[in-house]
Amino acid sequence: MAIILPEDPTPIARVPSTENKTGGWRTFRPVIIYEKCIRCFICWKFCPEPAIEFDSPDAYPAPKPALAKFDTVKINYDYCKGCGICANECPVNAIEMVLEEEVEE
Amino acid sequence: MTMMILTGNESAAWGARLSRPKVIAAYPITPQTSIIETIAEFIANGEMDARYIRVESEHSAMAACIAAQNTGVRTFTATSSHGLTLMHELLIWASGARLPIVMSVVNRAMAPPWSVWTDQLDSMAQRDTGWIQIYTENNQEVLDSIIMSYKIGEKHHILLPTMVMEDAFILSHTSEAVNVPEQKLVDDFLGEYEPAFKLEPGNAEGYGSLIMPEGPYMEFRYKMARAMDDAREEIRKTVEEFAEVFGREYAPLVEEYKLEDADAVMVVLGTIGSTAKDVVDHLREKGKKVGLARVRYFRPFPYEEIRKIARNTEMLGVVDRSYTFGYGANLYAESKAALYGHSSIPVKNYVMGLGGRDITPEILIKVFDDMLKIAREGVVDREIEWVGLHGDERWS
Amino acid sequence: MRKLTIPEEEYMRSGHTACLGCGATIAMRYVLKALGKNTILSIPACCWAVIPGVYPRHNLEVPLLYTAFEVTGAAVSGIREALNALGKEDVNVVGFAGDGGTADIGIQALSGAVERGHDIFYIMYDNEAYMNTGIQRSGSTPIGAWTTTTPGGKKRMYKWEPKKSVAEIMVAHHIPYVATATIAYPEDLIAKIKRAKEIKGPKFIQILSPCPTGWRHSPDKTVEISRLAVQTNAFPLYEVVKGTYRITVKPKKPKPIKEYLRLQGRFRHLTEEEIEMIQRIVDENWRELLKKERCSQEVKE
Repeated sequence: MAIILPEDPTPIARVPSTENKTGGWRTFRPVIIYEKCIRCFICWKFCPEPAIEFDSPDAYPAPKPALAKFDTVKINYDYCKGCGICANECPVNAIEMVLEEEVEE
Repeated sequence: MTMMILTGNESAAWGARLSRPKVIAAYPITPQTSIIETIAEFIANGEMDARYIRVESEHSAMAACIAAQNTGVRTFTATSSHGLTLMHELLIWASGARLPIVMSVVNRAMAPPWSVWTDQLDSMAQRDTGWIQIYTENNQEVLDSIIMSYKIGEKHHILLPTMVMEDAFILSHTSEAVNVPEQKLVDDFLGEYEPAFKLEPGNAEGYGSLIMPEGPYMEFRYKMARAMDDAREEIRKTVEEFAEVFGREYAPLVEEYKLEDADAVMVVLGTIGSTAKDVVDHLREKGKKVGLARVRYFRPFPYEEIRKIARNTEMLGVVDRSYTFGYGANLYAESKAALYGHSSIPVKNYVMGLGGRDITPEILIKVFDDMLKIAREGVVDREIEWVGLHGDERWS
Repeated sequence: MRKLTIPEEEYMRSGHTACLGCGATIAMRYVLKALGKNTILSIPACCWAVIPGVYPRHNLEVPLLYTAFEVTGAAVSGIREALNALGKEDVNVVGFAGDGGTADIGIQALSGAVERGHDIFYIMYDNEAYMNTGIQRSGSTPIGAWTTTTPGGKKRMYKWEPKKSVAEIMVAHHIPYVATATIAYPEDLIAKIKRAKEIKGPKFIQILSPCPTGWRHSPDKTVEISRLAVQTNAFPLYEVVKGTYRITVKPKKPKPIKEYLRLQGRFRHLTEEEIEMIQRIVDENWRELLKKERCSQEVKE
């Protein structure tokens, strides 16, 4: 069999890291309680992965009609490592950290 | 073409100027300083168009060259002795990053004790860094080699950096008549720099990232080893092309001088070659059949050339102007390694000229006589001999 | 519709290999949000040499030159000058290095680079120890901290020397922009980088970046601790433009340093007297900063 050599002369990293699903690292899973979520996007702001994405305003019920026009957030569990910063920073305690084994699908 | 009276360092600066590097990293060290001073004057006078970074150390000089070259421009720097050894980490980085940087190295002794005079331990200690190494004999060769080094290193199947050595003071501060080629000819010879890769906004690429043992680390090193091997052929082609364009001929890896029917051949690096050529002429007149092989390229090592020379003589005397504390000096050890299984002629190491001690015709005559004696008797009295130690009557 | 206080665009991809709750990763996310895609980064040996991922993976939308530990300053100098030679003066060149690579082994190259006046950003993400090698003391480790090379023991061999102020060392270089920032205040951080972007020359920004692994705190506390660092005056946020200091976040009533320390295992061993000593140092440093701000603002151009 022929020797397999890289094409580049020197290592050049080009493959997006997104192929690496870091969700498997998670012990605790952040779960958004949409009835409480005030759509302030603080969780999005502080996420180190980032693993918090925007969703359409009507994807989840709004706690107050005044909030219904705002986009919602959802957690991308493919990448969320479960650090819990979002839950800690949430001003209305709308994110709960649940032990992965106890998550009800 | 213009004839100019230039020191080795001015020749190096001219070699750089004509090659049009876009970034120069400059840090002073005796006896290299006049290279970067001359370049500074070229730029200040508007005769050279390059960004001139007055770095705060040689270590940063090499780091800046690496980063600039990786950004897609030709670079140049120069150093010597402690400056070169300070760069060591980044020399390995530069070659691993496959950046064809060209650097002038003025060979100077390492302290302690302080010595600014010539000695090749500084560059010999960098022999494993993955740089092409050429040792020059005169100022013309200094200038021409810098131009050729860009040409060779920049080939996309080579992509290796080159250090162009000149002996301290003997070349660096000594003036000779030098043919300075026309800019147009050099431009045509080198062409525009075409990087094989470069940092460019919009390209999400990481250069030199972490690699795991199961990743292609070994494969990248293997490619580099192959490139160094391939450099031999590229050097042979380039000296031919150079001769066609500029009319000056260079032996590719090893310059051979009066090797026909030689009973003993001296193998040297650098300026010892020019003294030794005179001595060979002198001894030939007296009927002593001696010859000289001046190794120009130590990296890649010219093992085929050394084997060929050994086939046609009775004895090799390898002169080193440095020492590897362990077993013999480098030119000797590698020449001998190249010969193993190919030749059984005696080989002896003559260690001389350390710390800039003069290598005179008189002492080379004695060395040649010693070599001829070994050639006649077929026995090496001592494998490694330090020549000219104080009080040693054999050489005084 | 969304009301965001920081730019929405992401230039840092998921799937990276930073620890849970890594402050340095949040710092990078903000820095790139502020600078955008027209940027080239250089990163030395540090956590961020590993975070982008194992070859051939890459977690940034910008090109990155990895370099040796001590050369960030020289590397960004080389990139800048090469870009200028190519007529690309508009590209942001950013050195992004840890505190070991900045305060200790890289300080020579940094000093050289900023003294030469290259148009560069140097971001020091300060996690207050050599974290990538496993929590060893650096010159930027705060007084009283446990690290693996200041392990305590019977002789209480903790770090008893005060933290080196690299920001002040940069001020002494008379560069056009110096600032401190931290991840709990992203709007402040991003505003500083955007201000710096308008200035030609060397820009230095030190970002306090809590490290759950090394500071021995729960990963969910990263932002909270970063906020407490400011609210207790342990790490004041300020900027220095042409010698004029401006404290950008001024706590109305500073919280006791104890509140900051008690969340971190690296300070768990501290006695009441030692905490008082640290409080005194924090107070002194804060007063010193206030003096600098007042004096420098009083002397008008």
